[in-house]
Amino acid sequence: MTSRSSLPAADNSPVFTPPSGLLYRAADRLYRRPNLLLALLLLPPLLWFGSVYIASLLALLWQGLYTFDDFTMLVNHTLTLENYARLFDPANFDIILRTLLMALAVSAFSAILAFPVAYYMARYASGRIKAFFYLAVMLPMWTSYIVKAYAWTLLLAQEGVSQWFVHLLGLTPLLDALLALPGVGGNTLSTSSLGRFLVFTYIWLPFMILPIQASLERLPPSLLQASSDLGATPFKTFRHVILPLSVPGIAAGSIFTFSLTLGDYIVPQLVGPPGLFLGSMVYVQQGSIGNMPMAAAFTLVPIVLIAIYLSIVKRMGAFDAL
Amino acid sequence: MNTAVEFCQTSRCFGDVRAVDQVSLKIAEGEFFSMLGPSGSGKTTCLRLIAGFEQPDDGHVIIHGRDATGLPPYQRNVNTVFQDYALFPHMNVLDNIAYGLMVKGVNKKERQHRAAEALDMVALGQYGQRKPAQLSGGQRQRIALARALVNRPRVLLLDEPLGALDLKLREQMQGELKRLQRQLGITFVFVTHDQTEALSMSDRVAVFNQGRIEQLDSPRNLYNQPQTAFVAGFVGSSNVLHGALAQQLSGKSAALAIRPEYISIRHSGSAVPSDTASTELINLPGVIKDVQYQGSNTRIEVELEPGVSIAASEANSLLSNHTARLPGQSVQVSWSRQAMVSLRDNASV
Amino acid sequence: MHSDQHASVWLKCAAWGGLVFLHFPIVIIAMYAFNTEESAFSFPPKGFTLHWFSVAFGRADVLESIGLSLKIASLATAIAMVLGTLAAAAMYRRSFFGKDSITLMLILPIALPGIITGLALLQAFQAMDIQPGILTIVVGHATFCVVIVYNNVVARFRRTSGSLIEASMDLGADGWQTFRYILLPNLGTAMLAGGMLAFALSFDELIVTTFTAGHEKPLPIWLLNQLTRPRDVPVTNVVALMVMLATMVPVFLAYLLTKGGDDVAGSGK
Repeated sequence: MTSRSSLPAADNSPVFTPPSGLLYRAADRLYRRPNLLLALLLLPPLLWFGSVYIASLLALLWQGLYTFDDFTMLVNHTLTLENYARLFDPANFDIILRTLLMALAVSAFSAILAFPVAYYMARYASGRIKAFFYLAVMLPMWTSYIVKAYAWTLLLAQEGVSQWFVHLLGLTPLLDALLALPGVGGNTLSTSSLGRFLVFTYIWLPFMILPIQASLERLPPSLLQASSDLGATPFKTFRHVILPLSVPGIAAGSIFTFSLTLGDYIVPQLVGPPGLFLGSMVYVQQGSIGNMPMAAAFTLVPIVLIAIYLSIVKRMGAFDAL
Repeated sequence: MNTAVEFCQTSRCFGDVRAVDQVSLKIAEGEFFSMLGPSGSGKTTCLRLIAGFEQPDDGHVIIHGRDATGLPPYQRNVNTVFQDYALFPHMNVLDNIAYGLMVKGVNKKERQHRAAEALDMVALGQYGQRKPAQLSGGQRQRIALARALVNRPRVLLLDEPLGALDLKLREQMQGELKRLQRQLGITFVFVTHDQTEALSMSDRVAVFNQGRIEQLDSPRNLYNQPQTAFVAGFVGSSNVLHGALAQQLSGKSAALAIRPEYISIRHSGSAVPSDTASTELINLPGVIKDVQYQGSNTRIEVELEPGVSIAASEANSLLSNHTARLPGQSVQVSWSRQAMVSLRDNASV
Repeated sequence: MHSDQHASVWLKCAAWGGLVFLHFPIVIIAMYAFNTEESAFSFPPKGFTLHWFSVAFGRADVLESIGLSLKIASLATAIAMVLGTLAAAAMYRRSFFGKDSITLMLILPIALPGIITGLALLQAFQAMDIQPGILTIVVGHATFCVVIVYNNVVARFRRTSGSLIEASMDLGADGWQTFRYILLPNLGTAMLAGGMLAFALSFDELIVTTFTAGHEKPLPIWLLNQLTRPRDVPVTNVVALMVMLATMVPVFLAYLLTKGGDDVAGSGK
């Protein structure tokens, strides 16, 4: 600092005299009353969500109590629990079970596929490579769902890309053996549960990679050094330090893979064997049959399953890793 | 002398924590006033009460004779230099400095002129067009200072402004801040947890602990006449003696504080120095427990009786014999009666 | 947690293999758009042509669907930006009673399967005698886009140090001036990034849209209908490629707008 000081003496007024503009007065009042400001800020989003979303959601669940007359194909407002009870019919229960198993399988397989990518991103990639990986995961996540589903119908089609590759690699017998398995197989890849499983895994995989990567990223390097310093082999470090600490990330990612698979009805429509999925059932009940009460009752299933799932993964620390 | 800032029984609570607990103080106009204390002691909350970021739950804050309780920050003629500088990242340096003038409606020509002047004052005239991210920590600190001073506040609040700087820069800035304060004659209220900083710059220092002021005094008095064990321990280091030993030494039950550098050590058997009347000198036998070399001085811990130790500090010189003091040696420790300070009974330990 | 050691060959293969898996179908779509063949999915393609692009752009139904989707996405994004920013401004700092419930409410439309949101909106519109159309699609899209904008803006709010706002007020700026000169410029890119992501999300949303669209045919619905028409495969391929690019570009821009910060856009959908 130079010795020159051109600052005049301090102003004499201890406080600044406020201007009297309307905007100033309004802003001043809001500053002095933070609760009013909070209320004003929250009002538009609350009104929107309250009137559009929450109200519709509650009305939907209420609809599940209405009666649908199979003869007249009309809904009347007599309240009944029958729709919800019918969810436990063996046929409906099959649908629920099938969807649930698929959602769990897709979540598990996504985690296995995602882990090396996330691990590599977090631990070894840096600078440009890391940015590249990040974009390369993020862009497919955001690209059009329907285009991705469509791409797979092309891939899995007879004489399509996958067949060509399988043939090229001489794996046709293996594929045939897989397709012959009961439960997962089918006539072709595109009409098998295996194909549907592949498509689901593909579409939701990025949702699994990023939370795992984020949770691995948060591991302090000193922790790994401490582990190897204490004599752990890289495998033991992985098994006892890295893997347990990435559980919250895996759990967070699985919220997406689980919930998104559970409610999907487009992929089951395009790929895989006949036999309805939860989402398809809702769609069919509402669209083709016009049985809105039954469709509404069916929407309760994913809500309940997801609520249960959330309460499980919450204990695994998933919410902190979101 | 007029009072710049006054707290009357001012309290501020966060939940169950009384961050500021019935504090009363007066800061004189033109004074360099420091608030010193560990983190969480309430010093920063006091500063924020003056700035208007916090409002007291109880009591009043008076700025230049006017009750400022309830006034928002933008209606107080008080400016702050923030700990993290809080420079606006999207504006260049000149716009940052001119911001206060702009929002008060000063015309463009004048505010550019005054901003450039303020920039010259902190010797960064050529950096006007840079963005804050392109400056070093020390430069940002000066910009933050210029941005506050350009508004010609009557009180400048500084919230640990030197905390993020390295030692050398910090010492240099201490001198510059002090010089600037004298030149401008503005009241500075300086918050710090660094006792050296507070002692070297301030006219008066308030030592905070648990939301209360332990002692408000000149730096010299604070060091030589600490009133509580907390002050004795926080400002410099002190030996605090309790109980029977204190009773025996002073004839009173109050605890005693003695600075380590006022204690001298002789080998047992060597003659008592003749230049001091023996009644004015306390003499106690002990055994050296530990010797720590600390550069300019050596710290020696002597056990007077089982469980009671006292630390002495001896200045080092080129001629000092580094083997003169060894653990296990029997020694005599002595100090002048004047070096002992009685502490208040209610002192927190 | 960067390691000085090199990744093992297996890890490298698995990581890069994962990326290939993610992009392979996208590359295939791009490739088929230039395929000379008219109706086959056969691989490898027999030849290269730009012919189908001119065919696609000559079709009124394609152009109409593109226009409709752009209109819907713009409107939904505008609403979402206003509501999401307001919510972020309210929620970023203070805690108050019911805050967690509001967070949950904002997330719910994307956390619950789209089919629930779609069906709920459909029966609400029916109950209120509102004809499905552009308006109902926009309402649905805006609802699940709010959280995208909210996430981006609230992250920026948190990163913008609270002392900036205090510094502004300390220098004499009232709430309005602080909003205009300090908050808005700092939030700008986050709002824009959030808007871009919301646009991309709205542009290709299918599930909620099928319930709220009525007779309208935004691009994703047009595509879905095409899947049952093998005759139109080449045109479908071209449109699929365009939809993909239309969603990738705003997402990429959002990334560029916010990269380098802790709140990189697009890390959550």
